Amino acid sequence: MAPFDPVSALAGGVLIGLASLLLLGGLGRIAGISGILGGALGRPDADTPWRLAFLLGLPAGFVLWAWLRGELPEVHLQTGWPGMLVAGAIVGFGTRLGSGCTSGHGVCGLARLSPRSLVATVIFMLTAAATVFLIRHVIGEGA
Amino acid sequence: MTPRRLAPVLLAGLAGLVFGLGLAVSRMVDPARVLGFLDVAGEWDPTLAFVMAGALAVTLPAFRWLPRRQQPWLGGRFQLPTRQDVDARLVAGAMLFGVGWGIAGLCPGPALAALASGLPEVVGFVVAMAVGNAAAGRLT
Repeated sequence: MAPFDPVSALAGGVLIGLASLLLLGGLGRIAGISGILGGALGRPDADTPWRLAFLLGLPAGFVLWAWLRGELPEVHLQTGWPGMLVAGAIVGFGTRLGSGCTSGHGVCGLARLSPRSLVATVIFMLTAAATVFLIRHVIGEGA
Repeated sequence: MTPRRLAPVLLAGLAGLVFGLGLAVSRMVDPARVLGFLDVAGEWDPTLAFVMAGALAVTLPAFRWLPRRQQPWLGGRFQLPTRQDVDARLVAGAMLFGVGWGIAGLCPGPALAALASGLPEVVGFVVAMAVGNAAAGRLT
């Protein structure tokens, strides 16, 4: 895996921030991925086209970066099929139930100084860290 | 499609593209990097903290000033969440999300962007995520 690179990390973060700025400034909407996905999965309405366009833009950005660099961005999976399916289902369920994910609560909600988003962000960060600890250092060492 | 209808679609597509590019540039599409940040007892990888800092450097001022405008550039109105309360649903949802994020190292944005990697397990994750999202939507 490539070494830690603070410049790429900051630059990528700024791009994510600019994308959120575009959506808020242009459409007046929050760039919360789980919310946009949830809306796109629901009954089609006037917002469906822009939601689908945004969601399609995400993999397109991945392709653009691969094209600019001449190599695919690294994606090292950390779990097998069962883990991916279970994790996907609870990520989808949890982010909809909790009204947001890393983008909606983390990037946009924190920027709005929303108490709900701060609480959600702290909880999912801590829960995720505890889960990783359990898998890597408790179960992992026991196996 | 009329220009009035097409403009929001083009702008949202561009926003998605820039968002996905940011996820790729910052390497957040790589679950190994995300779990490296969450693994505080292991070889800690600070990447995610720098990504959040970069994003907030833009959104903190932008989300303060933009909604003071009369309306968004393409018309309509600003639709910002107004709730302030912390309820059981928010807490339970955030906890569930944290568990799933900790297992796979993928959250919704990077998972959708990483679809372009062509890895079948990522497609499986996204399909499961869509099912979970729709299931939770039926509860609300």
